[in-house]
Amino acid sequence: MIQVEQLSKYYGARAAIRNLSFRIDSGEVVGFLGLNGAGKTTTLRILGSVLLPTSGTVRLDGQDIFTAPRQLKARIGFLPEVPPLYEDMGVGEYLAFVAGLRGVDPARIRTRVGETEERTGLAALDAEPISTLSHGYRQRVGVAQALVHSPEVLLLDEPANGLDPVQNVEMRSLIRSLRGDHTVLVSSHILPEIAQTCDRLLVVRDGELVAQGTETELEERLGVGTGVELEIAGPIEAVATALRALAGVRGVTVRPVAGGRAVLRVDAPDTLRPALAQAAVAAGAQLFRLDVSADRLESLFLRLAGRGAAA
Amino acid sequence: MSPALLIARRELRGYLRTMTGWIIAASVLLIDGLLFNAFALEGARRSTEVLTRFFYFASGPTMVAAIFLAMRLLAEERQLGTLALLYASPVRDRDIVLGKFLGALAFLSGVTLATVYMPLLILVHGHISVGHLLAGYLGLLLLGAASLGLGTLGSSLARNQILAAIIGAALLVSMLLTWLLASVTEPPFSALFAAIALHNAHFPSFQAGQVHLRDVAYYLLVTWVALFATTRVLEARRWR
Repeated sequence: MIQVEQLSKYYGARAAIRNLSFRIDSGEVVGFLGLNGAGKTTTLRILGSVLLPTSGTVRLDGQDIFTAPRQLKARIGFLPEVPPLYEDMGVGEYLAFVAGLRGVDPARIRTRVGETEERTGLAALDAEPISTLSHGYRQRVGVAQALVHSPEVLLLDEPANGLDPVQNVEMRSLIRSLRGDHTVLVSSHILPEIAQTCDRLLVVRDGELVAQGTETELEERLGVGTGVELEIAGPIEAVATALRALAGVRGVTVRPVAGGRAVLRVDAPDTLRPALAQAAVAAGAQLFRLDVSADRLESLFLRLAGRGAAA
Repeated sequence: MSPALLIARRELRGYLRTMTGWIIAASVLLIDGLLFNAFALEGARRSTEVLTRFFYFASGPTMVAAIFLAMRLLAEERQLGTLALLYASPVRDRDIVLGKFLGALAFLSGVTLATVYMPLLILVHGHISVGHLLAGYLGLLLLGAASLGLGTLGSSLARNQILAAIIGAALLVSMLLTWLLASVTEPPFSALFAAIALHNAHFPSFQAGQVHLRDVAYYLLVTWVALFATTRVLEARRWR
C-alpha cells in the first residue's frame, strides 16, 4: 500500500533522514519508533505532504504522492505532533471545515462529522469551542480531523504525547480500533506504548531505519534477554525453586515488595508463560500478576534506538 | 464550495469572532470619523471637494488596516501549526493564499463600506454624484486589496505576526515612496518610479471621482503579483 524508497531529507548539510526504505501493507498498524530527533516527525511530515524530501519516493498504491494528482492526498489523514486546531471554532464546525477541505461530499459532511465524533468520543462536545478543551480532548480532535474524510492511510505523529494514563489507554484503544479499516503508521518514542498497539515496528535512529519486525522478531534478532515477571504471595522460596526446575528457565531472581509479596523475575521465553503460571500455583503461590518484564522492553528499546547503540 | 471559498469563509468568521477584527474595525471607523470632521469638513468647501478629501483621508486608515488584517493570515497558521492541516489537504497552495486573501478582503470591504454614512451626510447637506461615490469606494477597495496583498506576502515571510506586520508595512511604505525616487533618478527610471507609486500615481483619480482603466489595472496587478509571490513562498516552505 505505502512504499517508501530511498527517502532522504537534508536541512543544509544535516541529514534528518537518510535513505529510508520501508513498506506498509493495507490494513496494518505499524509503529514508528525512535528517540526524539531520530527523524520520525520529518518522515511523517513528508508522507503527509507537508514537507518535500531532498530525494526518494513515496508511493501510495503505486502512485508517487509528490507527482500524482492532489486528490491522492484525500486518501491520507495526518495528525501532526501538535494538533492543527483553530481555537476560534467549535469541534463540529472545525471537523466540517476539514471534511470540506478534504473533498467530502457536502451532503455527507454532517453525517461524517457525527460518525467521527462518535468514534473518537467527541459526540458530546460538538458545539464546544476548541479553545476550552483539555489537552486530551485536543488530541482527540486532532485524530478526528485526520479521520473525518475516511482516509485509507492514517499517519499519527505521537498521538499520546502529553496524555495522562487514562487518556493514554483510551488513545491506544482508539488506535487499535482503526485496525482493518485503515492502514496506520503511528510514531512514538515509548516502546511499551507502541508495542501494545501495533502489528509491526519500524525503528529509526539518527535518520536511518535500523530495524523492523514484530516485537518478538526484534528481540530474537537482537538476542535481548527475555524475561517474565510474576508477583506472588505465599511460599516464595518454594515457588522460586519450582520455577527454576522448569525446562527453559535460565534463572529466577526474587525481589520482595510490600504486603508480604515478592516479584519473581524469570529469565525465560514468552512461550513459557502458561507453564510458569501453572508451576507457581502448583507450588502454593497466590498469583497477583504475570507479565513480560518492563526492563526487557526498555532493554530492547535502548538496543534498537539508543544513541551509539549497535542494532 | 471550492477550497478557496471554504478557507475565505473560515477566515472571515475568524475576524468576526476575535477581538482583533473588531478592534481594527472600530479603529478605522474612529480615525476615519475624526479625519472627516477635523480635515475634510474644515472650512467652507464645495460638496465634491469635501467628498474628495474624505476619500483622500480614508485611504490612510484603509492601508494601515489592511496590514494589520493581513499580518495574521499565514504567520498565525505557522505559529499554531495549522498550516500543516492546509498543506496535508488536497488544496493547491494558490487556493490557500486566495482563500486567506478573500476572507481578509471581505472583512476590509465591510469596514470600508461602513464609512458610507459620512458621504451620505454630505449628500444630505449638499450635492454629490453617485458616480463620484462609487469611484471613490472602488479606489479604496482596490488600494485596500493591493495593501492586503502586500501584507499577505509579509505574513508568508514571517514567523510571527509582529514581524509579519513590520515586513508588510515596509513593503507598503516602499511602494508608497517610490515617487521620491522618481525625483532623484534619471529617465526612464524616474518615469517608472513615478508610475508605480501606490498612492500618488493612481489614487487621486479615484478620489476625484474618475475611474481610469490603467489605475484599476495597476492595483489589480500589484495585488496579483503580491499573491503570486506569496504562493511561491508557501511552495518554497515545503522544502524547509
